[in-house]
Order: sequence, then C-alpha cells, then structure tokens
Amino acid sequence: MLSLKSVTVRFGGRAVLDAVDLEIAEHEVVCVLGPSGSGKSTLLRAVAGLQPLDAGRVSLAGHDQGGVPAHQRGVGLMFQDHQLFPQRDVAANVAFGLRMHGVAKAERVARVGELLDMVGMPGADRRAVAGLSGGEQQRVALARALAPRPRLLMLDEPLGQLDRSLRERLVVELRELFGRLGTTVLAVTHDQGEAFALADRVVVMRDGRIAQSGTPLEVWQRPADAFVARFLGFENVVPATVVGAVADSPWGKLPVPQGAPQGDRTLLVRPAGVRLVPADTGLTCTVAARTFKGTHVAVHLQPGDGPRLEAACALRDAPETGDRVGAEFDAAEIVVLD
Amino acid sequence: MTARGRDVRGSAVRLGLLALPAAFFAVFFAWPVAAIVARGLRTDGAWHPGRIADVVAQPDIRHVLWFTCWQALASTALTLLLALPAAFVLARLDFPGRQLLRAVVTIPFVLPTVVAGSAFLALVGHGGLLDRLWGVRLDTTVWAILLAHVFFNYAVVVRTVGGLWSQLDPRQEEAARMLGASPWGAFRKVTLPALAPAVAAAALMVFLFTFTSFGVVQILGGPTFSTLEVEIYRQTSEVFDLSTAAVLTLVQFAAVGAVLVVHAWTVRRRETALRLVDPEITARRPRGAGQRALLAGVLATVALLLVLPLAVLVRRSLDAPGFGYYRALTRTDGGTFLVAPVHAVWTSLQYAVAATVIAVVIGGLAAAALARRDAGRLVRGFDALLMLPLGVSAVTVGFGFLIALDEPPLDLRQSWLLVPLAQALVGAPFVVRTMLPVLRAVDLRLREAAAVLGASPWRVWREVDLPLVRRALVVAAGFAFAVSLGEFGATVFIARPDNPTLPVAVARLLSRPGDLNYGQAMALSTILMVVCAAALLVLERLRTDRTGEF
Repeated sequence: MLSLKSVTVRFGGRAVLDAVDLEIAEHEVVCVLGPSGSGKSTLLRAVAGLQPLDAGRVSLAGHDQGGVPAHQRGVGLMFQDHQLFPQRDVAANVAFGLRMHGVAKAERVARVGELLDMVGMPGADRRAVAGLSGGEQQRVALARALAPRPRLLMLDEPLGQLDRSLRERLVVELRELFGRLGTTVLAVTHDQGEAFALADRVVVMRDGRIAQSGTPLEVWQRPADAFVARFLGFENVVPATVVGAVADSPWGKLPVPQGAPQGDRTLLVRPAGVRLVPADTGLTCTVAARTFKGTHVAVHLQPGDGPRLEAACALRDAPETGDRVGAEFDAAEIVVLD
Repeated sequence: MTARGRDVRGSAVRLGLLALPAAFFAVFFAWPVAAIVARGLRTDGAWHPGRIADVVAQPDIRHVLWFTCWQALASTALTLLLALPAAFVLARLDFPGRQLLRAVVTIPFVLPTVVAGSAFLALVGHGGLLDRLWGVRLDTTVWAILLAHVFFNYAVVVRTVGGLWSQLDPRQEEAARMLGASPWGAFRKVTLPALAPAVAAAALMVFLFTFTSFGVVQILGGPTFSTLEVEIYRQTSEVFDLSTAAVLTLVQFAAVGAVLVVHAWTVRRRETALRLVDPEITARRPRGAGQRALLAGVLATVALLLVLPLAVLVRRSLDAPGFGYYRALTRTDGGTFLVAPVHAVWTSLQYAVAATVIAVVIGGLAAAALARRDAGRLVRGFDALLMLPLGVSAVTVGFGFLIALDEPPLDLRQSWLLVPLAQALVGAPFVVRTMLPVLRAVDLRLREAAAVLGASPWRVWREVDLPLVRRALVVAAGFAFAVSLGEFGATVFIARPDNPTLPVAVARLLSRPGDLNYGQAMALSTILMVVCAAALLVLERLRTDRTGEF
C-alpha cells in the first residue's frame, strides 16, 4: 500500500529523515514512536507531499508519488493541533474535503451526518469550531480527515493535547473504528502507551532512522537496543559481558536466559525481574526513593557500588525510603540486547 | 518532487504575483521619476551630475535641508512624547468611551493636509481663536508646524505601538514580577523590549511623513519655513527651475530610501515570535491616582490638539448666517471655478472609487507575493520599494505624471484615469501594510490541511486565505479610499481645471482673498472631513486590532 524507499529529508545540513525504508500493508495500523525531533512528523509530511524529498521515493499502491502535489495524493492527514478552519462550522469543516472532490451537495450532507454519528458527535453540524472542547475538536478533525475516504489516513500526535482519561477512552474508540472501517493508518506519537494501544505494528524512530519495527509485543519484550529500551521507559540498562547463562554486570553476576548472545552486550533488567529480599542476601542496596504507580510501587535502589536499580513490588511489600534490602534477579525478566 | 523543483515553482508563483505590481510601479512611478531626473540633470544631450553639489552648496537650499531635518526630528520627538501615553491608555486601560477615543484619534490621520493646515490656521493664525482670546499667534513660529504634525501623526504612534501593546501577554510581566522584578523593572525588562521595534517603526513612519510634509508647511510655514517638498513645488511651479527641483528630488530620494530600509528591517523584526493574545482580555480599569492622571492627561491632549482645531474649523464654516458658505458652494461664481465647488465632492468620490480598485488589486497582489514564507531577499526588497511612493514627495509623483505621461507611447493627459492612477500609487502602500501582517499570520498548516483534503493551490487561497483576510481587505480598501480622497500633493498638478477634487478646490479657495472664499474653503473642508470620518467609522466597526498597523 505505502512504500518508502531510502527517503531522505535534510533541513540545512542535518538529515531529519535519513534513508528511511518503510512498508505498510493494506488495512494495517502502523504507529511511529519516537522522541520529539526524531523526524516523525516530517515522515508524515513527506508522505502527504507537504515536504519535498531530498532523496528516495514514496509510492502509494505501487505508484511513485514524486511530482504528485499534496492535493492529488488522496491521503488524509490529521494535524497535531487539528487545524480546523476557524471561520467554518463543524459541518463545513467535515464537508471541506468532499467539496474539493466535487461531491454533490445532497451526498455531502448525508456523509457529514454519517461521519458525525460515527465519531460520536451527532447533530453538531452548526456548531462553531471555536466553541469545541479539545476532545470534540479531535473528533471533528478525524471526521474531516475520513470524509473523502482517503487511501491512507495519517495522524500526527492524534491525542497529544488531551487529558489522560479522555486519551485512554479515545484510543479504544479509534482502535475500534479503524478495525471496523478497515482503514490503512499511519500514526505518529511520542507516547508509547498510545502507540501500543493503537497499532498492529510499532516503528521506533531515532534521529531520522528507524531503530526498530515490530508488533507491540515484540518491541516491548525485545527492544532492539539500549535507546529503544530507555525510550520505552526502562531504566535498568547496563553494559555486561555474557558467558554462557551468566552476565557479568555492574550489579554483579546476573542469570540470563539460555541461548542468549555471548560476549560484550547491553543488558535490560525489567523492574519485575528484581525481587526484594532481606538485606545481606543477594545485592545489598539502600532504598533511595519510591513512587506509587497504581498497580505497583517502583522502588529505586542504590547499590553500594554501581548504577541505580529500579524494582517493581507489590504495595504492601514495599520498603520505606532509607531501608536496607537485598536484590535478587529473575533470568526470565532479563533481556540481552544487541 | 525534489526540493529544488519546489523552489523553482515557488519562485514562478511569486514572480507571477509580482508581475502586475512591478509593471505598475515601473510605468507609473519609476518612469516619471526618471523623466524628472533626466529633465533636471540632462541638458544639451549631456549629463551634469555636478549640479547636485552646486545646488546643495547654495545657502538658501542648505537652510531648507537643515530645516527639513530638524523639524522632522522635533516633530517625531514631540509626537512620541505626546502619543506614547495614549498608546498605553488605549491598549491597557478600560474606560467608557474607549472606542470613541480610538476613532477620534485616528480621524486626523485620514484628513487631507490642506484641511488640517487651514484648521490650525483658524486656531492659531491671524484672526484665529487664540488671537481673538489672548492675542496669541503661532503661525509665524515653527510651533504651528510642529503641533500640526503631532495632530496628523498621533494616530500612527497610537495605532502601531498601542495595537501591539494591547496584544502583549500581561502574564509575561507577571512572570517577571514573580521572579522578583519591580513593576517598573518588569515593564523595562519585559514590555519595553517587546515594544521597542514597534516604537522604532512608528518613529520612522512619523519621521518620514514629517520629512516630506507639504500641505501643512505650505499653509502654516509662510515665507519663513520651507521643507524640501515645498521647495520642490516652489522651484517647479513658481521659479520653473526644473533642474534644481530634480536635484532636490534626488536628495529627498536618498534620505527617504535610507529611512525605508531601516523601516522594513524593524517591521520584519516586529513580526517575529511574540506571543500575542486577544486584546479584549488585556485591558483593565484604571487603578490608582497615577493611571487616572495619565488618562486625564491623554484626554486633555486629544481634546486640545486633535478635537479643538477641527471644532474651530466647523465653527468658522458656519460663520455666515443661514449656512451661507455652504449655499455659496452650489453656485458657480464664474471666477475661481467653471463649475459649482460642490461638484468637486462628486468628482472626488468617483476618483477615489477608481483609485481604491487599482490600489487594492496592485497592493493585494504585492502583499500576497510578499507574504509567502519562502520570500527571498529580492522580494522583501520590493516591500521597501513599494513604500517609496508614500515617502517620496507626492509633488514628485504628480509632476512626474505630468511630464512623463503626456506623450506617446503613453499619453494619458486627456484621460480621467490619470488622477486615480496617481492616487492609487499613494494608496497602494497602505493596502500592502494592512494586508501583509494578516496574510503572514495565516497558519501555514491551515493551508496544508486544505491541500491534504484535496484543495489545489488556487482553491487553498480562496477557501482558507480569503475568508481570513476579507476583513483586512475591506479595511485596506477603506484606507486607500480615504487616502485618495484627501490626496493633495500629486493631484494638484494633474487634476483638470474644470474638474478639481475636494482638496484642490479647498486650496484654490484658500489662495484667493476674501471672507467668502475663506468661508467656502472651511465649508468644503468640513464636508471632506465628514466624508473621511464617516468612512473611518465604518472601518472602525469592521476592523479588529489584528488588521494591519495603521
């Protein structure tokens, strides 16, 4: 459906997109995940035809899009801050793309009604966009982008500015909607929770390059490298030397799964893989801080020697700040990266 | 598409938009000016650039140059001193009658210079109000000129500085206060730097307007005071020394060009990255004795300097019993005019409509080209070029028209279009200045959103830009209308004797002795003032503070 071949965009001398290759299949929902400045938005703009390429090519359904201006590409783009037309009401915003495509008035009215129903805003036709809440603007922007039935729908930080509870509800709605419509979707976000909840496949970007691509589960379970692991929120990432099923790390000798890659590696220890035991057993640490995470408590441990270590433990078992505890490690929650 | 391909296409669009304005300015501005220069500096088939040094060395010319500069500086300083408090009051204080005050302040700016000149004459001149009350006459001193210049340019400062001031986010100052700054310190460190480019731009505009002042100095200056502009007029129409006039034009060109380059630079700086908010939320009720005193002072200044001269003007126009001066306007006296003076109202309106259409088309196209984000240095240079007719003496424009457009290939001497064309030349820069900030403020991504939804570039402009700038377009048209209605310096040269415009008719009446002529001039001025003020009040209802800088 969408194919990017060594797409490169430079701003000044800096490559914002650096030879990016990406394939998206029909009906697939792909989420590009990365920190700000990693080139995510530029990727969308390049596909939309809003950003000229310095090298490479973008193809849609097998056709090279070089020289095709944005308004003839037939893709939809939902902007980060929605960019609803301020001087038009809700219905006129949604109908805009239909008008541009020469759809007859009666059909437009029917389709607008249908779309507003679909995004959960029936009867909002005549409302002014200035009076809409953030969530409502998001829904109208989605309806507007969907109206001309784009071959590919792109979303730039679709839920970025909304508050948390609304965001979580809308992620579910979006996921259901895309499943029902069978739309091909390319979304970008900096929020891993959003990406994992929305996507069939997650693409992690770093400095204009793709760092990892895979299903949410694959990416979560086996981050490709230290950058991806840290970006996903893992703090326990250290260099280690692996020999057999043992890794020599700053936290001492840790067990690793059978068949792990050997030699000088980077080690990821999931917080769930750090068990707290009485002091003087395992690695002796002082509790430096604890933060409440809802389902569990994240305990930050300071070993006598070496970097800090994060452990997840149940609420009632959590030690107090300043306590001395021991830490033991579970091979199943340790990943050898690279 | 490659980045290079996009660049080439962008340039093509820009050049296409600029083609018409560029051609217009080449034919109706550059060519006439070139014709004047050639006529002045070229005799017997040879150039005589040495004439410049000769002319500038003449003692009376040096006196004119010196006076032009120092009166412009003094007028600018005086205007800033008196108008900056008003900018604050109108931007930050909320009080009953605020809208009315805003309108009153702006009216003088769109009034013809002749009207203002005679209004001040009626106030401070021989037999004027002050003369009759206390025997005070200022028309033989430079103060009359300076005060009339403040009268005109008060609005420039209030609009330019106050417009920005009302949109500065007050929370910026609050943030500085929370970090330990005193109220004065917060103003000095936060607000003043943000305002500085606007103050500089306003000061430059005032300097430009007063440096090229014609009507005011012509009427109030008497034989003692003469600016470059008046001297150019005198040399061409009284002394018939075209050569000297041409040299003076060149000197004026150089000075105005320098000021405009600096102005374009400050305007660009002003348009960068300030956090602006809705002006409605920044105004507060006056608090404390200081703010109330400031408000009172501003109201008193406006009353004495802006309202009183106009009131005296109206009063003088009613001196004859039973609207005698007004009724006299409807009669042909056979001497001064071939038609009844009141006919000038109709002539002026027709000319103004035509000039407005031309100015809006030319200025609108230029603004659209200049607003493009990829506009290069060349295009931005055109921005300053467009301002040139505004700054260069209107007399030059008018006289240039007369000598350049009276022979083939372009003989417009008999065409009624000649006057609207000259007036459009003066009005177009206002259109550009009004449209440009609004066009630049249209969010680029709004256009992209429309493009992605299938709108071609032309439809993007129609569907996104036009609805957002429609209001600015109307405001720009209004300004162009008011400017051409009051245009005097250029029109006085090219208006046909049987078809004078309002300002030309006023000047002609003033130049003749006798109470009836003076009274008719006052009556006609009053009519002109009412038309301009009415146009302005309509604009005031339409405009938001985001539209432009005048």
